[in-house]
Amino acid sequence: MACNCAKGADKEKYEQLDAFIASLPSTQGELIRVLHTAQGIFGYLPKEVQIYVAKKLDVPVSKVYGVVSFYSFFTMKPKGEYDISVCMGTACYVRGAENVLNEIKNQLGIDIGDTTADGKFSLRTLRCVGACGLAPVVMIGDKVYGRVTPDMVSGILAECK
Amino acid sequence: MAEYKFHILVCGGTGCLSSNSHEIADGLKDAIKAAGMEEEVKVLQTGCFGFCEKGPIVKVLPDNTFYTQVKPEDVNEIVSEHIVKGRKVNRLLYVDPENEKHISDAKHMDFYKKQMRIALRNCGFIDPENIDEYIGRDGYQALAKCLTEMTPEQVIEEVKKSGLRGRGGAGFPTGLKWQFAHGYQADQKYVVCNADEGDPGAFMDRSILEGDPNSIIEAMAICGYAIGASQGRVYIRAEYPLAIQRLEIAIAQAREYGLLGDNILGTDFSFDIQLCFGAGAFVCGEETALIHSMEGQRGEPTIKPPFPAENGFWNKPTNVNNVETFANIPVIFLKGADWFSSIGTEKSKGTKVFALAGKINNVGLIEVPMGTTLREVIYDIGGGIKNGKKFKAVQTGGPSGGCLTEKDLDTPIDFDNLVAKGSMMGSGGMIVMDEDDCMPSVARFYMEFIEEESCGKCTPCRIGTKRLSELLKDITGGKGTMEHIAELKRVSQVIRDTALCGLGQTAPNPVLSTLAHFEDEYIAHVKDHTCPAGKCTALLKFKINPEACKGCTLCARKCPVGAISGEVRKPHTIDQAKCIKCGACMDNCKFGAITKN
Repeated sequence: MACNCAKGADKEKYEQLDAFIASLPSTQGELIRVLHTAQGIFGYLPKEVQIYVAKKLDVPVSKVYGVVSFYSFFTMKPKGEYDISVCMGTACYVRGAENVLNEIKNQLGIDIGDTTADGKFSLRTLRCVGACGLAPVVMIGDKVYGRVTPDMVSGILAECK
Repeated sequence: MAEYKFHILVCGGTGCLSSNSHEIADGLKDAIKAAGMEEEVKVLQTGCFGFCEKGPIVKVLPDNTFYTQVKPEDVNEIVSEHIVKGRKVNRLLYVDPENEKHISDAKHMDFYKKQMRIALRNCGFIDPENIDEYIGRDGYQALAKCLTEMTPEQVIEEVKKSGLRGRGGAGFPTGLKWQFAHGYQADQKYVVCNADEGDPGAFMDRSILEGDPNSIIEAMAICGYAIGASQGRVYIRAEYPLAIQRLEIAIAQAREYGLLGDNILGTDFSFDIQLCFGAGAFVCGEETALIHSMEGQRGEPTIKPPFPAENGFWNKPTNVNNVETFANIPVIFLKGADWFSSIGTEKSKGTKVFALAGKINNVGLIEVPMGTTLREVIYDIGGGIKNGKKFKAVQTGGPSGGCLTEKDLDTPIDFDNLVAKGSMMGSGGMIVMDEDDCMPSVARFYMEFIEEESCGKCTPCRIGTKRLSELLKDITGGKGTMEHIAELKRVSQVIRDTALCGLGQTAPNPVLSTLAHFEDEYIAHVKDHTCPAGKCTALLKFKINPEACKGCTLCARKCPVGAISGEVRKPHTIDQAKCIKCGACMDNCKFGAITKN
């Protein structure tokens, strides 16, 4: 059993993660799968969780950090209540996604990868949602907004309040 | 499908789902129930129909009626008019843009006329969550034929004879790849399906997985039999939740039917498939990087040889093919290698799926025989350029590819022709650009992508792409010189010659290809300080047309830096030295007197 010092308020979450790791037939090569699950449970992958995973899987923390920082899907910052993703695939780009992104940045006063001070919105870009017919596309959580123009941004943000 | 009088197919692809097609399917089911016709009408959600531009799509069989841009509130009318009274709902039919006539039968639509669907054969026809429907369309017969009538060597021979080449990008002959993996002895071998579609603007693989997951399972099992592997892995992006879900359902159903697992179809061949999730890294499309990622490591490529066929997943012989490549396999065995190789050009056989997007009327997923010209794809199938603008270029092959221009429109599309023209097939993204697109900006867009996605292992790619990206930022930001252009060429060449993996070596392609076709545009940016497409804000000049200006003073009041001056009711002027090119004047002018170029 790994050290329990990181537990506390998040005890249940760590127990959930423990249960998942215990369910794997072998932990060899399963680091990415475990990190996916951990991010699903905690919402993001802070330092404590990375250290915890390293201990549980008996791999160096540097390796865990190396993997977390390598893949764009993993995040070390908490996401906002509304996680905004602007598609920056080529189809969206040529149909003006950059202008939409700039408008969102201006209105929220944050940059890509950041979360607003009140924890309400976070902003990131992604590569191709696969809904190119609706380009440019903005996603908030699972909801997809299609054919977005900079004019529509304030209305879309207002929906989240 | 015989017992029902009507089948109503609702597109369940990502594009249509994003426009509430789920609600439409549920609404249709309710309406059918209310009309008491549940025994006669079956409503099902299928994979992508391909015509994403006009989604959500609803198709009614047997009359093949094709309704476009359907809204949840339209469902009652479809049921009460079409299903109950047999009258098609005219206002929802596709309108031919040329003669403005309503087209009721999908086969008369230009979009579908020139297409030939092999890899997409079942997408939009079957319920992807029901294995019986796949079996109903000859599913798993190819596997049965291979297992009971053919030796692994014969299977490989048939794939070689078909001339199938890898659809993931490089176009390596699939049969040959299988033969290599077959040739190595090992206690365990692996079949891997590369479903890490990271190319921005491409959604072919995702649509196949969402629309016809069983075809991939069947093909992987055939490959397993051919190379002697009992284990399969699908490496799929975690960003594709729907594809993952449908694949999981299909795998579970195949196991239940004994089409995966031990002693498949009563033979001594055993094969099973597991999913591995990617986590968003473009470089993982490269097969050695993909294998490292499957092992839970950073997805960094390693030098080949050794090839995965000898030393792959957990150091065992591994065969990696892309989703679309696998989707072609069952058909080759059902219809024969000779039939398959009769389609296409001399060295590129079969068809290719393209994700057609950008400034084109019919954005969507298409499949055409190799050798179809770009003109046919863009104008006949794609319906031409949006808003009647002028065609400028089409980018194929994504960030590793290049652009093709007007003079290449009549080139038959195949692997070798595209390479000869300085681009590549890539996985099949096809982004159309019009006169408003600035090519140095497009190159900058791709280079920023590559810079961010470079895994950082080798110096030429890690630092070289950053330098290219900086040079392009200078050029599009109005700070470029002729030396910038010379440096772009030099750095590109170095990266091409010295980067470690295929992705690094092709990284400068967007720069080299836009330079080859549009060097004058680069020169205009650095010498004349203008952006011919009017896209680069830093190079724009706002001007007031004195004849149209009424002297209302609104622009002068809106200008945040006081760059506009003039007397009331007299034409105003803009001080170019003060102007910050924000465009506020142009947005506010009520007389259209302000232009930018």
